[in-house]
Amino acid sequence: MNSRFLPLVGFAMVAGLLGFGIHYMRSNSMNEVPSPLIGKLAPAFDLPLLDQPDKRLSNADLSGKPYLLNVFASWCFACRDEHPVLMAEGKALGIPIIGFNYKDEPDDAKRWLSQFGDPYSVVIADRDGRIAIDFGVYGAPESFLVDGKGIIRYKRIGAITPEIMAFELKPLLATIQGEGS
Amino acid sequence: MTAGKRSLMLCAILITLALLLPGVASAIDALPFKDRAEEQRFQELTRQLRCLVCQNESLADSSADLAKDLRQEVFEQMRQGKNDDEIKHYLTARYSDFVLYNPPLRGGTMLLWFGPLLLFLIGSFVVYRVVRRRAAAPRNLPPAASSEDDW
Repeated sequence: MNSRFLPLVGFAMVAGLLGFGIHYMRSNSMNEVPSPLIGKLAPAFDLPLLDQPDKRLSNADLSGKPYLLNVFASWCFACRDEHPVLMAEGKALGIPIIGFNYKDEPDDAKRWLSQFGDPYSVVIADRDGRIAIDFGVYGAPESFLVDGKGIIRYKRIGAITPEIMAFELKPLLATIQGEGS
Repeated sequence: MTAGKRSLMLCAILITLALLLPGVASAIDALPFKDRAEEQRFQELTRQLRCLVCQNESLADSSADLAKDLRQEVFEQMRQGKNDDEIKHYLTARYSDFVLYNPPLRGGTMLLWFGPLLLFLIGSFVVYRVVRRRAAAPRNLPPAASSEDDW
C-alpha cells in the first residue's frame, strides 16, 4: 500500500472511533446508574402517609402482593410528564401504585395531587430523603416494581412512558403474577 | 480604549473571576467536625465518591441536594466509628460501583483497568514491526524528489 495514504487511514480510524463514541452515547443513556438492588429485598421502610401523618405504611403492610413504588415530588418537572401516563394507565396495571413523595413540602404535594389528579392507592412521605437513599434514589421520577415476596424486580429511572408501560412493566408484571399462582 | 475604560474592564474581569471562585472550592456544609484530622478524612473520603446527580462532580464538590444528604450520611457514619470501606460499602450497596471514582478490580472491570496497558502493548508491537521493516529495507532508494514531497 502506498504509505502516503497512511495518514488518511489513521484519520479514518480515529474518526470511526469517535463516531462510534457519539453513537454509543446517544443510544445508551449514560446517566442511568444501574441499581444493585434489583433481585434483592426492598429496603425496609415505615413512613407516614401524606394526608394522614399519624398513620404509617411499612413493607409488612404490602407483603404478599406486587406493587409499584413511584417516587415523585411537586418540584420535579419530569414527574408532570409522567403523571398523565399513571393517571390513564395506572389502574389497568391492576396492582397498588404507592406514591413515594420525595423531599417535598406536604402542602405542595397535596396541592400538586389535587391539581393533576391522584393515581396512587396511597402516598407516603419521605421528607428528609433517608429512605430514598436506601432505595438508591438519586432523582425523580423513579419507579420500583416489587413482587409479592418483597423483592425489587425492576427499576425505572426517569418517567414512565406509554412504551415503558406496554413493553416493560406489563410483561414483567405478567411474569411475576404467573410465578405467584 | 482610554486608560479609564481599560481599568474599568480589568476590574470587571477580576470581579467576575472572584465570583467564579466559590464554585471551584468544595461545597461547604456546616458539619461540626471535632478536629482537623476528622475534617481531612471527610474531605478525602468524599472526594473519592461521585455525586449521582451531577455525575462529573465528586460528592465533596457538588452542591446538589442529594450530595448534601449523602455528605451528612457519610459524616454521621464516620461519627458512628465506621471505617472508610464500610462507608463505601454502604453507598455501593445502594448506588452500585458507580459512586466510586476508583472502581474495584474484578471480572467486569478488567478491561477498564488493563485496557490502556493492552492498547500500549499493541501499539508498541506495531511500532516495533514498522521500525524493524524499515531498518531491513534496502537503502538504495534516493531521497524523494522535491516535487513529490508535498508535506
